[in-house]
Amino acid sequence: MLTVLFDGIATGALLFLSSVGLSVTLGVMNFVNLAHGVFAMTGGYVAVVLLNRWGVPFLATLPAAFAASAGLGVVVERLFYRKLYDAGALEQVLFTTGLVFAAMAAAAFLMGSQHQIIQLPAFLAGQFHLFKGFDLGVYRLFLIVFCGCVALALQLVLSRTRFGSRLRAAVDNATVANALGINVGRLFAVTFAVGCGLAGLGAALGVEILNLDPSFPLKFLVYFLIVVAAGGTGTISGPLLASLVLGICDVAGKYYVPDIGAFIIYGVMVAMLIWRPHGLFGRRAVR
Amino acid sequence: MIVEAKSAAPPTEDERRLRAPWRSVEIAFWVLAAAAYLLLPHQLPLLAQAAIGGLFALSVDLLLGIAGVMSLGHAAFFGIGGYVAGLLAQSGWGEPLSGLVAAGLVAGGCGFLSSFLVLRGSDLTRLMVTLGISLLVMEAANRMTWLTGGSDGLQGIDVWPIFGVWEFDLYGRTAYVYALGVLFACFLLVRRVVHSPFGLTLRGIKGNPRRMSALGTPVGRRLVGVYTLAAALAGIAGALLTQTTQFVSLDVFGFDKSSEALLAVVLGGAGTLYGAIVGALMLMELETLLARITPEYWQFWIGIAFMAQALYARGGILGFTVRLWTRLRRGVAAPSRTAP
Repeated sequence: MLTVLFDGIATGALLFLSSVGLSVTLGVMNFVNLAHGVFAMTGGYVAVVLLNRWGVPFLATLPAAFAASAGLGVVVERLFYRKLYDAGALEQVLFTTGLVFAAMAAAAFLMGSQHQIIQLPAFLAGQFHLFKGFDLGVYRLFLIVFCGCVALALQLVLSRTRFGSRLRAAVDNATVANALGINVGRLFAVTFAVGCGLAGLGAALGVEILNLDPSFPLKFLVYFLIVVAAGGTGTISGPLLASLVLGICDVAGKYYVPDIGAFIIYGVMVAMLIWRPHGLFGRRAVR
Repeated sequence: MIVEAKSAAPPTEDERRLRAPWRSVEIAFWVLAAAAYLLLPHQLPLLAQAAIGGLFALSVDLLLGIAGVMSLGHAAFFGIGGYVAGLLAQSGWGEPLSGLVAAGLVAGGCGFLSSFLVLRGSDLTRLMVTLGISLLVMEAANRMTWLTGGSDGLQGIDVWPIFGVWEFDLYGRTAYVYALGVLFACFLLVRRVVHSPFGLTLRGIKGNPRRMSALGTPVGRRLVGVYTLAAALAGIAGALLTQTTQFVSLDVFGFDKSSEALLAVVLGGAGTLYGAIVGALMLMELETLLARITPEYWQFWIGIAFMAQALYARGGILGFTVRLWTRLRRGVAAPSRTAP
């Protein structure tokens, strides 16, 4: 029971890292970005290649995964997404769906369609025996602590820095923020890149837990959407709480009722969207 | 009746639009489609698939191009129709036409029920709810192995000859005529609906739902109606696929099915009806061509096609052609207009 809870929290922490960036593009910029998983997958594969083929130490692959995903995010945003901000939701759906398909085929071509396996360093492997009947995986503990630190850092950036206050202003009312001399476009571009980087980081950390393979962008699209839908926009705590609940539900569902595990997740998503279309904790985004 | 009684006076613009006389291009389109039976005998299985894809895309166009409702999960109804027809044929009732009707009714019923969930909220919420519902349906079909065969698909589908006379053959001759006939019948229905007052209010809702509501149109009820109709048509398309291939698997519920129908509609030109059919045909040809060149990685190029379409060719091929055509004609007509 406690182990399930613990694994669920670890999965939720990964989901949080992967999807917090999407709450900005989708929730705030009103850009229907169905390709968020592509950026995450890129980071995951970069980490795998560095670790398995080039023998880079595990911890050093994480910044590389972040940088690769963020870099890809910047390129795609500047080259393509920017042109589609004014277009209808339909064009955005088409473009990002196409990006998902192309990325899935490219990943299968470059990396093969199997699940990726990584060799964790010795200090992260193994179990941590707390008391009788309750063993913690060291790696999962590391994940929880790491993601907790990231969430805290994001919260501090958002609440204490000038960048954060500008971002909050832009989220509340982009038009007025623009009129006050805040470069909203650049602000969102930076946020988008950081969000993509975090997604890549999440996938790199979750290569084995989330089962990285070429279908990753499609498989986790729904999870990301749920986090955004439930978590609302403009806060860190909303997506965090939503991810944790989702992670626990997912792991518990697969553990206790394997027959209808995925069913529960989709059902919860639809029910929640109908109940609270603007998120459980979120404020309504102002365009 | 009323329109006919007034016919002594020259018809007004509104009346002409409601009557929507057939243009020669439209007739040529269907004659060409029928002639394909003789002209392209080796392509018939593929063309039958294109006709089915065209019907599915037509149902999406009704929703997206006419009423402005975006759905990422329309394949749910396609799949439901496919499985209804498959299960009927498997359990010993292989009569194709009644199978179509049953599939249409069940899919339409499901569409009616789910429309109340879907038609709330903004575009974004709709996208997510439709996607969620289609995943739910797919997962349900996946789990109910006793009914659907799970991931193995439905085996042992035996479809009877059409009207007890024409049997489905290996060369797809019957399949093509059958699929084209059903497509034409459904097209007539959709065309009639689009040019009816009901269809006009749908176009109005697409333009501005709030204003239509202020004008006294029951917006919610209209959308429920069109969603139900589109679901039923998608169900019929799914049933056609099952009957012509004598097989149905979970693929029919897939996300790529829904998104490819969207692409077909946009490729051909949303809201034009013919665009959906042309787009589906083009997409089918493109996929066959790519699958021949790179059997494993054709999805990559399809993805590129999606992206190029979104960036550079808004309005679709048909929209582009129509724009070009009107510009050419205006170019010819312009001097006579300026003449005294």
